[in-house]
Amino acid sequence: MRVGVLALQGDFREHTEILSGLGMEAVEVRTAKHLQGCDSLIIPGGESTTIAKLADAFELMGPLREFGDRHPIWGTCAGAILLSQGAQREQPLLGLMDITVQRNAFGRQVDSFETELQVSELEVPEKPFRAVFIRAPLISRVGENVEVICRLPTNRESTDDGIVAARQGKFLATCFHPELTEDPRFHQYFIQMAQE
Amino acid sequence: MEKQAGTLTVKKGLAQMLKGGVIMDVVTPEHAVIAEGAGAVAVMALERVPADIRKDGGVARMSDPALILEIMSAVTIPVMAKCRIGHFVEAQILESLGVDYIDESEVLSPADDAHHIDKHIFEVPFVCGCRDLGEALRRIGEGAAMIRTKGEAGTGDVIEAVRHARSVLGEIRRLREMPDEELMAYAKHLGAPVDLVRETKELGKLPVVNFAAGGLATPADAALMMQLGVDGVFVGSGIFKSGDPPLRGKAIVEAVTHYNDPEMLAEISKGLGDPMVGIGVSSIPEEERLAVRGW
Repeated sequence: MRVGVLALQGDFREHTEILSGLGMEAVEVRTAKHLQGCDSLIIPGGESTTIAKLADAFELMGPLREFGDRHPIWGTCAGAILLSQGAQREQPLLGLMDITVQRNAFGRQVDSFETELQVSELEVPEKPFRAVFIRAPLISRVGENVEVICRLPTNRESTDDGIVAARQGKFLATCFHPELTEDPRFHQYFIQMAQE
Repeated sequence: MEKQAGTLTVKKGLAQMLKGGVIMDVVTPEHAVIAEGAGAVAVMALERVPADIRKDGGVARMSDPALILEIMSAVTIPVMAKCRIGHFVEAQILESLGVDYIDESEVLSPADDAHHIDKHIFEVPFVCGCRDLGEALRRIGEGAAMIRTKGEAGTGDVIEAVRHARSVLGEIRRLREMPDEELMAYAKHLGAPVDLVRETKELGKLPVVNFAAGGLATPADAALMMQLGVDGVFVGSGIFKSGDPPLRGKAIVEAVTHYNDPEMLAEISKGLGDPMVGIGVSSIPEEERLAVRGW
């Protein structure tokens, strides 16, 4: 399977390295032409405002939406923001998933953190998944057709009750960065999802 | 499972999110908004851009916290701020403001002529400048989570940025070929911790993200640094000392994405107005150069 990784800005190489390790052909996507021949797409972490502006400037928003009509897309962090229908401020979005996100929901960089999540959809579900949250968003609203995959375990802080991973058909959004860890299970999950 | 903040993964992680992007120096909230609009991945909040620091002379210090806070509230992208080399109290103050990254920077007047800040004990991540691999690994050894080659700030002359990037990346290329028994002597030669020398050899690159800085003024300069092999660029005086900052800022952002596509770069470089005037580095006396600061 040929997996495109949107390479306008952000940590796209971390994604291509994991994909290559799983025996996938990973392709960096910078123009609409690069989407041809891809079976699925990952939108990486980065600055969502920068990625969206570049996609707009190089007329990629339309082709990305069309690609989403037929193919699976996974967004991590900034990528999840791009997939959403609303980010509570004016910025260009793909609007492919019926979700709303809250940007920088946990605060600034000093509030960034890592933690372990229990995700029943992954292989060896009893093994926790180490999740890295960098100035991360939360999914603040999900539509009827959206399946919540993971919430952050609640503790005393009020923002902790949020949705951090969700799936709607062939679209997947995660607020954290599986590409920053050595654990390939989320990438395996997406590949499996894309093959369904 | 508890949340763990301030881990090395979290500190290095933000720099990884900035890759393929442009970090712009700004001196007012209005500049910050222009930078964000141009597609900057982060801004560096300053009282004066390096070109003005160079012109004005005197002691250059951390910016007024009130200005930094104003800039933080003007934009949603990360905000960085500079402290003086070795001035750990300026760093404590910046951390308490909640800035997203601290640049322990040679552009400001050094506060310590022998020691840099112990950056491990902070939760906020640090970026530090370097001219060669030894300096980069010493800073990483002190806890820097991101490196930038220094170049010569405030000049608009890219020659030093090229020299420093070639130095770091060339030394890494040599290191990759080096037999393991030579690593200790090489670490001694570099003045760098041997564990980091070994890790760099194994990775074939620095263990943290590496940007270029100091003298970049055009989209072609930015693409040049990207083709040499850095992960992204800082542009200081080059944007807001030019004729049309929003247009030039946007063009440099686009050039960093399409750094390998000459036709696209030609299109991006058209009609940007005047670049910053600049000063040739060779005309600056050794004692006035900023890059030599750092130990």
